[in-house]
Amino acid sequence: MTGYAQLDLAASVGQILPELVATAAFLLAVVVDLVSRRRKEAVCAVVLAGCIAGLVLSLAQLKAGQSLIFAGMAAADPLAAILKAVVFLATGLVALFSLGSPEIRMSGRGEYYSLLLVVAVGACFMASAMNFVMVYLATELVTVTSCILVAHAKDDRRASEAALKYILFGAAASGVMIYGISLLYGATGTLSLTGVSRALVSGQVPGLVAVLGVVFVLAGIGYKIAAVPFHFWCPDVYEGAPTPITAFLSIVPEAAGFGLLIRVYMLGFGERMGQGWAAAASLDWPSLLAVVSALTMTLGNLGALHQTNLKRLMAYSSIAHAGYILMGFVALSKTGLNAMIIYIIVYLFMNLGVFAVLIGLSRRLASDQIASFRGLGGRAKFPAFAMTVFLFSLTGIPPLAGFTGKFYLFAAVIDAKIYWLAIVGALNSVVSLYYYVRIIKAMYIEAGETEGGPIQLPALYTALLVALVVPTVVLGIFWGPLAGMTEASLRFLF
Amino acid sequence: MGDHILSWVTFLPLLGAAIILFIPSAAKNAIRWTAVAATAVTLVLGIWVYLQFDRSNPGIQFAERAPWIGAFNIEYFMGIDGLSAPMLILTTLLCFLCIPASWGIEKGVKGYMALFLLLETGMIGVFASLDFFLFYIFWEVMLLPMYFLIGIWGGPRREYAAIKFFLYTLLGSVFMLLAILALYFSHSPHTFDMTRLMLENSYARTFQIYVFLAFFVGFAIKVPVFPFHTWLPDAHVEAPTAVSVILAGILLKMGTYGFLRVNFPMLPQAAVWFALPMAVLGVINIVYGALCAMAQKDLKKLVAYSSISHMGFCLLGFAALTSAGFTGGVLQMFNHGTTTAMLFLLVGVIYDRAHHRDIDGFGGLAVRMPIFAGITSLAFFASLGLPGLSGFISEALCLIGAFPVFPALTIIATLGIVLTAAYFLWTLQRMFLGPLNEKYKDLPEINAREVFTLAPLGIIVIVLGIFPMPVLDLMSASLNQLAAIFHP
Repeated sequence: MTGYAQLDLAASVGQILPELVATAAFLLAVVVDLVSRRRKEAVCAVVLAGCIAGLVLSLAQLKAGQSLIFAGMAAADPLAAILKAVVFLATGLVALFSLGSPEIRMSGRGEYYSLLLVVAVGACFMASAMNFVMVYLATELVTVTSCILVAHAKDDRRASEAALKYILFGAAASGVMIYGISLLYGATGTLSLTGVSRALVSGQVPGLVAVLGVVFVLAGIGYKIAAVPFHFWCPDVYEGAPTPITAFLSIVPEAAGFGLLIRVYMLGFGERMGQGWAAAASLDWPSLLAVVSALTMTLGNLGALHQTNLKRLMAYSSIAHAGYILMGFVALSKTGLNAMIIYIIVYLFMNLGVFAVLIGLSRRLASDQIASFRGLGGRAKFPAFAMTVFLFSLTGIPPLAGFTGKFYLFAAVIDAKIYWLAIVGALNSVVSLYYYVRIIKAMYIEAGETEGGPIQLPALYTALLVALVVPTVVLGIFWGPLAGMTEASLRFLF
Repeated sequence: MGDHILSWVTFLPLLGAAIILFIPSAAKNAIRWTAVAATAVTLVLGIWVYLQFDRSNPGIQFAERAPWIGAFNIEYFMGIDGLSAPMLILTTLLCFLCIPASWGIEKGVKGYMALFLLLETGMIGVFASLDFFLFYIFWEVMLLPMYFLIGIWGGPRREYAAIKFFLYTLLGSVFMLLAILALYFSHSPHTFDMTRLMLENSYARTFQIYVFLAFFVGFAIKVPVFPFHTWLPDAHVEAPTAVSVILAGILLKMGTYGFLRVNFPMLPQAAVWFALPMAVLGVINIVYGALCAMAQKDLKKLVAYSSISHMGFCLLGFAALTSAGFTGGVLQMFNHGTTTAMLFLLVGVIYDRAHHRDIDGFGGLAVRMPIFAGITSLAFFASLGLPGLSGFISEALCLIGAFPVFPALTIIATLGIVLTAAYFLWTLQRMFLGPLNEKYKDLPEINAREVFTLAPLGIIVIVLGIFPMPVLDLMSASLNQLAAIFHP
């Protein structure tokens, strides 16, 4: 890429300040875990400080221009910066969620909080990798560490099963991905994204090798974002993992995965064609991706329809949302990529919001079953209201943030004149209403047990819910500044 | 205030809802009176708009605009013309009357009133907004309170009815969203400004037809046009009385409003192409709705099906694409809003007393409840199109407008009028005439609060039956301008 300036080693260090701070916080957390008496709170505070620092430093990088660092291993550009900010924001929120969760065991608390930061650092590198080795390493760091977090509740058989599934599927996906990378390396002699792109564009790579290499690499990324047909791990892992980790998995690896997808496809396999981009290999990539997007959202939504367990339902819902976000990618335009980033950000607020309600009430709810939400509207007024806001936002009903996201996605697809995909997306929104409303119906319309009286939410969770409801509503009514920021972060690609 | 009158009318109910949220749930009467105050002030502003409205100006009046989201050229753009003004005034009137009609609600009064006022804001917003994005937001904002109002305060099958209503309307509105975006990207420069999109007539014909169909599905579900009508009997029957009034009185009109605001002026070639199918659908609505109504044993279901039948006249009138047809259709929207509101209120009155709605289960009620029988007869006669009452004029105008264009269809449509007369008269006979059902010899007469909700509508029905000019005046300039697109 011509736009990138090469930075030497010393200058490069300055560009990974967020990651460095997070790593330092991780090490400090390990030490604090050993010496502190109030371990849980102290470790969480350190992790939180690391996330806040990471968030601030990432936002500061938004306007810093674009450069290749560490001899082209990674990039420092606005796209990476905005995704890093998303990662740190989500990680900090999840750390806070975990404080009151009964599922996070006392004995392992220190390692739990510090490992969150390790995943965050891995995700940051996923979002900024410019070399296929880096792509692979960062993806593995995220997968392996996430797996430890999923298995956090060692005595819980469901969690162990979930972790095993996660690691097995992950290993298979990594294997496929590294096979694809080896094919591309063998054919082009380089591992840098831009080098592969140049070789593919020049046409010196045999068509079949190029197609297989690209498909295999995309398959590895597809696993991270839970796109059909690489989504099978998702429901079991979401159901089995501790709820804060489920929330974490629904945002952090997903956001990093989409960042990686944009970067690898646009810079590694792509060639600029006028306003849009075209992949170098000789396949109709937009149509293929459109089919993947349509299948992902449709199967996700159909799978969610009859779930009775809320965490499992949210797993299918997150598959569906991955499908929606892919719509933006299919358009391969600036509007499309912009829509993806906006959607990821609004998705962070509304999806974490659902999990915040679930965790905050977990001590008072009988189970994760939707049935245990019955009558909650009368007993826990604010959490039920917040849940309603988040669920309607996930459905995409205005004036909530989820609608803003969907509006951008539909606009991108219609601007690209892929009308059939827009219609599939629209129909999927209607289907999703059915299962989200089942929860709302349980809370407000179905009579539940009223014994036990009103439920008082811990103050921490009330504050968290307020912090998530406000952006979910405000970004539905006024999102100009957000759109300005995301648009600026993509300007360098076009 | 004059400059922002539409914003005031739109957001005053929302303000009322916000105030209600701060009143303790136990203070039920304080909540009710706050809702009365909010709707009353809104109604007063609505009347002020009615008085100030310049009847000779076919264009947009009381316009307000301000930039909102720069990236998509989205504006906060409000304004009304002769098409939206009658609907806006009808909305403020019916909402005001619905609060006393909801006095009997005891469960969750706070939530009910707050949602009702939010609903009013959504409805007024739909009629007053002229930026497509804003229009869509108001359109969707209505869905949420409606879902809860039916779902929480409705009848025995409320869960099913509420979700069916929600799914149907969302299905329609997502197609509408896609169509809005298609129009946005086809216009250069890209814009959501409805007044500018109305001036643009250069889209390719096939493009127009696809976009027209997408909008048509969205609006037809609301009207509802056969075969999209199946949500209506469920929702109307299960909803509490006041919500049925709003559903039939205003929500249905949004569909027909959409045809005239969006489909016809923005996509005229497609409108010409679709005129015949639309007329056919209108006639199906009229006859099929009337036949269904005739077969009902449940009084509320009968009224619900009669709405389907009456809305068919609007479609038939519109399909003529003439000034007379448009005028008849819009007048029918207004008149149906008042008569059907009366009918649903009357059903509520009898249901509150007898706790059932089985038409054959009454009998001879005229002896016990003469005032109730009198008002019901007035509403029935207005609804079946008796000359001298409002329904007659609008239905006649629709038929007069349609006859030169679709003579055969218009003749079939008159069959619907006969059927309507048959089922209303038959119902009147079964409920009020004959020997008094012994079970109801102690049934109390309609009370003052109920008469208060019905009297204004009854007066309007009589006055507009004799002298329709107060409403016709309002709309004729704008509708003539619309008809000029098709007959330059």
